[in-house]
Amino acid sequence: MDDLTREFLLESYENLDRLDQEFVKLETDPGNLELLKSIFRTIHTIKGTCGFLGFAKLETLAHAGENLLSLLRDGQLSLNSEITTALLAMVDAVRSMLTSIDNTGNEGERDDQQLIETLTRLLKPPQEPKEESATETTKGEEPAPAVPPEASIGEILIKRGAAKVIDVYDAVQQQAEGDPRRVGEILVQQGAVKPQELVEALNLQQQARAASNTSDSTIRVEVSQLDRLMNRVGELVLLRNQILQFTNASEDSGLLATSQRLNLLTTELQEGVMKTRMQPIGNVWSKFPRTVRDVAVSCGKKVRIEMEGKETELDKTIIEAIKDPLTHIVRNSVDHGIEAPQQRLAVGKPVEGTLRLRAYHEGGQVNIEISDDGAGLDLDKIKRKALEKGLISSDQASRMSEREAANLIFLPGLSTAEKVTNVSGRGVGMDVVRTNIDKIGGSVDVQTKLARGTTVRMKIPLTLAIIPALLVTNRGDRYAIPQISLLELVRLEGEDAQKRLESVQGAPVYRLRGRLLPLVYLDRELRPEAAGESGKSSVVNIVVLQADDRQFGLVVDEITDTEEIVVKPLGKQLKGIRSFAGSTIMGDGRVALILDVLGLAQSANVVGGNHERAVAEKELGAVASNGEKQTMLLFQCGSEGRMAMDLSLVARLEEFKSESIEKAGEQMVVQYRGEIMPLIRISEALHLPEQERTGDRTGKTQVVVFSEDGRSVGLVVDRIVDIVEETVIRQRPSKREGLFGSAVIQQKVTDLLDVHSLIRGAIPDFFESELIGRER
Amino acid sequence: MATAQQFCTFFIEKQFFAVPVQQVQEVIKFQEMTRVPLVPPVIRGLINLRGQIVVAFDLRKRLGYPEPPEGQKPMNVVVRADGETVSFLVDEIGDVIEVGEDCAEQPPETLSAEMRQLVQGVYKLKDQLLLVLDSERTVGGTDRTGK
Repeated sequence: MDDLTREFLLESYENLDRLDQEFVKLETDPGNLELLKSIFRTIHTIKGTCGFLGFAKLETLAHAGENLLSLLRDGQLSLNSEITTALLAMVDAVRSMLTSIDNTGNEGERDDQQLIETLTRLLKPPQEPKEESATETTKGEEPAPAVPPEASIGEILIKRGAAKVIDVYDAVQQQAEGDPRRVGEILVQQGAVKPQELVEALNLQQQARAASNTSDSTIRVEVSQLDRLMNRVGELVLLRNQILQFTNASEDSGLLATSQRLNLLTTELQEGVMKTRMQPIGNVWSKFPRTVRDVAVSCGKKVRIEMEGKETELDKTIIEAIKDPLTHIVRNSVDHGIEAPQQRLAVGKPVEGTLRLRAYHEGGQVNIEISDDGAGLDLDKIKRKALEKGLISSDQASRMSEREAANLIFLPGLSTAEKVTNVSGRGVGMDVVRTNIDKIGGSVDVQTKLARGTTVRMKIPLTLAIIPALLVTNRGDRYAIPQISLLELVRLEGEDAQKRLESVQGAPVYRLRGRLLPLVYLDRELRPEAAGESGKSSVVNIVVLQADDRQFGLVVDEITDTEEIVVKPLGKQLKGIRSFAGSTIMGDGRVALILDVLGLAQSANVVGGNHERAVAEKELGAVASNGEKQTMLLFQCGSEGRMAMDLSLVARLEEFKSESIEKAGEQMVVQYRGEIMPLIRISEALHLPEQERTGDRTGKTQVVVFSEDGRSVGLVVDRIVDIVEETVIRQRPSKREGLFGSAVIQQKVTDLLDVHSLIRGAIPDFFESELIGRER
Repeated sequence: MATAQQFCTFFIEKQFFAVPVQQVQEVIKFQEMTRVPLVPPVIRGLINLRGQIVVAFDLRKRLGYPEPPEGQKPMNVVVRADGETVSFLVDEIGDVIEVGEDCAEQPPETLSAEMRQLVQGVYKLKDQLLLVLDSERTVGGTDRTGK
């Protein structure tokens, strides 16, 4: 196959993918002219190129589609589902021909006569186009818009008022029926257009096309080429690490400077190469509107798809790896998750189901969520099924948490589909999804609420090749821990080393800011035979790690360094050991093993094991009413009032000049963003002992802005102290209006502000007026 | 001579062993190894072979020989087996020799069961016997016990 054809194929595939999406969008928004224009352009390009390359069948088909589209675009036809279906069928036919060209070099033995006829039949508008109004609108337009590069000669003539729509339509029609002449020729020969006009229009068309070519500033590169480049860069990174180690011991300042420069350049090169491999996840998602439409239509459902974070970027190999699992989950959600319309109506849900895709970066990983508002998973049924198939024991089933039960769907051989449809339930199940995600070092988790819906959440690493890692040692051996899982490091010295380590029923724990952190000893995990030995050392190093949604502390001998490491797969012989994720080569040329944090946690029973979790939760329950960490804003009010409020209630922190504070009646107010915002001085509202007002001294007033439904109120505080993330344990309920109670935050007693009741106390109608406002 | 085959030979505890030469990638001197916990002792560790990480198998352990004398550093015979590159740790490297198929023989019954599984054939040389190892089997069987 020649380069030209290859390029044509690549480009057309891309265009077709976009078309699918645009058609589905168009169905919900039939009047969208921009969309129609874009679709028309795409088909037009395909038609033009395949004419050029001599793919006659393809050209005829695309041409039929184009004719129909041009009428739609010109408003002479309006879109209905019959037309959409025909156009989608056309897209599919084009795609299959392209595949055939890709594989065999020709268009294949397809017969699309019927499809072409359908497309042509649909051309006949329900009523004859009103010629007058059509020309009127084109003439009456504001200054003639620039000619788009893909405009056909007919379009240009109509735009310039040189030809009537109906004449052009007839000419195009004649061409479709086999007239070999060009549209311009037909028009001139029929006397519909003056030759002079045609020449001018042709010139315009040429100019526009030439202009569009200059913006060609991208090139296509084979992925394998990038892979090789990436491998080389990986080797370079290793070499760089080795050189740095040598030069760090050297005194030669010239050498040091040079190696620093090498260091910098390598990092930049590495980042640059990684970037070339990044693609937005939207590339995969773009297929889903069509998938969802097709599946929904085939099972008689209505489903709307929403996407958030399309631009989130991932490494190309990862995009490839998650494509199938994602498609599977999406199909599954539509097929099994979302209920049939009448069922939805019966439970009071909108007829149209919603499928939400969301992607976002978090801690060097990409999170992808696929949620539906369907029926949710029937956990009892899943457990029963798993029991039947002998995947779990009845004892396990009864002890299982909801989350664990939901995650049973990832076990091989478990399909809860009542009937096998052509969409899912055919055996390629969620277990394949999990396997594929595991393979790239990601994790997948499902959460479900009966009658409310299901969310599948994936955590995917950004890249596989080079990752930052923490190096630790155990008995002189080095191990690397991917920093993705790293939360913090804790070092206990001297007396603390023994005193602060406690145990709950034999399970070692450490109290990390009031939370019990289960501890795992690396040495005991790696040398089970040494489990009995109790190493009493004067220093304890704890690496706090995140595995799944659990945290645990890994006790290691020593924490040495952080380093960028190149991940190399483990040999077949070592694959079975779940504590290791891979291996890498260190700066000194020796091999180090990369610890698999999740695997370690699993083999130490921190994750998925009921025992320790139950113990830890019981213990936590004794001291904490809610173990959730909260982010709190700490501030000072009055002479002794140290207070905190939930940061999620804070819209902004502002500082106002004291003289800008005015009075409206008895109420303190300030002009804020074009509105009058009432102010409440917290110390006054709570009748706290007054301090010398800092505002009086500095001329500035600190205000915490609280907003609800577009209404704001400012809470005046004396000083903003800090923002902390802590487990807040309310210890003493308050008798005072406006306070929840108090808690210990940062080792100090702190009052917890009840913002709502405080505002209600100071401005009784704040929430009510908003209520009235809402009713209006 | 009928068909002849080339073998890369080596010694373990003075016994003459070999693997077919086309399976051998290279022979290198002792390399520093990184211990791998949680695996059977046959896997001695990982070595860095110019950027490629390979598993080193202790053939002494695999074949049931005792620990080597203190201070003796094993050599590496790097072999491609079972789709992977691995290293066989041996005492000493011999020559590459060509042996005719006509002096091949089934392994004698008197060999230990362990050894009989791994030895693919015995060749009667002029002054000694050459045991040819089946690399795939030598490498295999450790991944399951590795749990």
